[in-house]
Amino acid sequence: MLYGTRLRALSILTAVTLTAGFGLAFFYAPMDADQGFMQKIFYVHVPLAIVALGGFVFGGVMAIQHLRTRDARYDLRSYVAIHLSLVLGAGVLITGSIWAKASWGHWWVWDEPTLVSFLVVFLLYATYQPLRFSIEDPERQARYASVFAITAGAFVPLNFLAVRLAQAYTHPRVFATTDGGLPAKMQLPFYLCLIGMALLFATLWKYEMASKHTSAQLRSLRRKLGGDDAVAPHGRSAAPSLGTSS
Amino acid sequence: MTDTLPDNTGYVAAAYLVFFALVLIYVVIMSSKLARFERELSELNELADRQVRERETVGAR
Repeated sequence: MLYGTRLRALSILTAVTLTAGFGLAFFYAPMDADQGFMQKIFYVHVPLAIVALGGFVFGGVMAIQHLRTRDARYDLRSYVAIHLSLVLGAGVLITGSIWAKASWGHWWVWDEPTLVSFLVVFLLYATYQPLRFSIEDPERQARYASVFAITAGAFVPLNFLAVRLAQAYTHPRVFATTDGGLPAKMQLPFYLCLIGMALLFATLWKYEMASKHTSAQLRSLRRKLGGDDAVAPHGRSAAPSLGTSS
Repeated sequence: MTDTLPDNTGYVAAAYLVFFALVLIYVVIMSSKLARFERELSELNELADRQVRERETVGAR
């Protein structure tokens, strides 16, 4: 069902959590010692990055399920997760560039492993849709896309690792306490923003899934009512084609 | 921690605007899809009604 109660509740919960998270980030979290007000970008940029990378991993997990079961629904789940993560990833790169400009005076810094590794992951996944589009046979397309999603998913933990291992002094210092951790009054807004962002991903993913299923059902209904002539033939597409039963 | 007045407000506003713009664009795309579904559904409804009427006409003969 496209607009069920659960999806509506999830949407409301997302809006409330994100609003609360951003509200706390601006009105409760203290100013950062080094960066001052511009550190507030942290509360949108970092959760966005974590959720985008998590979405890529989720896409990989769904791809594993697809290869195990050969169920087209898993391919669709993987496709939607990666598609959505790419959108969020674009947001990460833009907000990160804005933060870099404000912090370092440059839109991009090439010797910063965190930024470059995220860009590598983003560009890698940017080839996902062209790869799908280049394969006409739907079954082969789904299989190759799943293999790609799993392989590319292996790069994502490397990105997290790079953040941990990065010792570069050029990256904005957002954890400005003597012991180097996130101050307690910054933790609550940050975790709330992170939960809100994860909920946003879940909400948009569910809407997109519902939209794809509804589209397939409408196509099936049109075929039942008007016959094969009433349905336009499936053109070449990067999106997975669902069976009529889905 | 310091209590200095906000600086670089423009950059912070820009970063949050980018985020909200992305979400807004996504919602607009979803709403256009919803509009298309509604249009298709009403077309299918008309098609189903027509078929029911045709069946009734044939049955009456």
